[in-house]
Amino acid sequence: MSARSRSVALGVAWRGLHTFFHNPTLVVPSVMFPLFFFTAFAGGLANVSNVPGFDFPENYTTFQFVFVLLQASAFGGVFTGFAVARDFEAGIGRRMMLAAPNRRAILAGYALVAMGRAMFVWLLLTTVAVIAGIQVGGGAIDLFGLYGLALLLNLSALMWAAGIALRFRSIQAGPLMQTPVFLIVFLAPVYVPLDLLTGWVKAVASVNPITPIVEAGRDFISGAPVDALLAYGAVLALLVVLGTWALRGLSRAEAAGG
Amino acid sequence: MSWGETLTQIRAIAWRSLVRTARQPAQVVPAITFPLFLFAINAAGLDAAAGLPDFPAPDYLTFILAVPFIQAGIFAVSGVGADLARDIESGFLDRLALTPLSRTALVSGQIAGTMALGIVQGIIFVAVGLAAGATLDTGVTGALVLIALVVAIVFAFGLIGVTAAFKFGNGEAVQGLFPVLFVFLFLSTMALPRDLLTNDWFRVIATYNPVSYLLDGIRSLFYGGWDAEALALAFGCAAAIAAVFLPLAIRTLNTRVVRT
Repeated sequence: MSARSRSVALGVAWRGLHTFFHNPTLVVPSVMFPLFFFTAFAGGLANVSNVPGFDFPENYTTFQFVFVLLQASAFGGVFTGFAVARDFEAGIGRRMMLAAPNRRAILAGYALVAMGRAMFVWLLLTTVAVIAGIQVGGGAIDLFGLYGLALLLNLSALMWAAGIALRFRSIQAGPLMQTPVFLIVFLAPVYVPLDLLTGWVKAVASVNPITPIVEAGRDFISGAPVDALLAYGAVLALLVVLGTWALRGLSRAEAAGG
Repeated sequence: MSWGETLTQIRAIAWRSLVRTARQPAQVVPAITFPLFLFAINAAGLDAAAGLPDFPAPDYLTFILAVPFIQAGIFAVSGVGADLARDIESGFLDRLALTPLSRTALVSGQIAGTMALGIVQGIIFVAVGLAAGATLDTGVTGALVLIALVVAIVFAFGLIGVTAAFKFGNGEAVQGLFPVLFVFLFLSTMALPRDLLTNDWFRVIATYNPVSYLLDGIRSLFYGGWDAEALALAFGCAAAIAAVFLPLAIRTLNTRVVRT
């Protein structure tokens, strides 16, 4: 990346993060929703860990922490996609395109925004989870593996949402960005391990690319043997496919004049 | 103003509300499909929870079937609230305020469309639940009581939407209530019965949360036979919510009319 492109990416990132941190209507839902899901799932469903066959070695709070961390990361990417749509709807995207010699740098800037937002939510969520009593059986490298998965999922979700945002260039496309991510995330093993799922949900979860990511995340935190290759392979494949989708969206936005 | 005149006014406003709701598929379709989607995911995803000792329902599907009926109430808040906010933003409410229309007629009539939608939701949720394999121990009479309870819940929750619309006067603020009400649903006995909640702090919250009693009343119709206490508590909670928010809605309406 040239110095000029780096400057564009950092400019877009600074603007996006500044807007985020100075706007309570953006910060509060981003933080409150993961905390709320964590409280409701970990608090209300703790007894589910007593179901015969539930073999996660740590407590249920830990089991749910991993899911909520990954879910919050994915939605952090989607919410950044909302910012892309808002910017292009307001004409700021057009002005950014005029200023950027390589327009991929704009997308790189939004990726930095998504990562910054996700890390802020991780910090708060992890703090609450530690207070709530999560049990970490894995070591530092395992935790690095878990947060690495979350980061790549965050970027994948951003690429999906940005692809939509750049094609429609309107915040009205919000449900189109959000709903598929909501569906794919909740069709993974949310409440119990994959082996305890039954019926159609098990069939869907078995082929859902989010499933190996969630399961590997839980293995990382508990220190159990983990199929890292499958999980990272799945999330990297998502990132490549959705990154291509976003870049094509960028071309469409360029062709439309931003 | 006589009762007859008030009823005529309620009928006129209610008809407008009914037609408006029926003409908005964007409001009707998600209010039916979203609760069914969550029902399908939770029923299958937590099926194993029925294996917990002392789990009261014959299966998890029957247990979780109560949740879509509460979601009907939550959708009523945003549905009726958004419609009313639109009337405020477009100036229609100001024009109505110039007529001799009674405040009670205005508030009650506005909810009619959402209550009709509540009946449709109730029938569809029961039909889908039974088709998916849930049981309804109390039979056809129970189904009718269930629809009556759903209407009571939708009316009570709808009044929250009306109050919010009069208070804030814009649709965005009313929509913001949607996730707040979801918090009440998730912090209730939605996923497990009170006796099986192992976290004390969560059990305390669920015990003081009126949504838990609404869920218990609905569930009593699906399994375990008739339970007068559970039903009385459910109808009582719906009535209590309505008793709080009906006068509050009229008061916020008066404040808004004076202000404009």
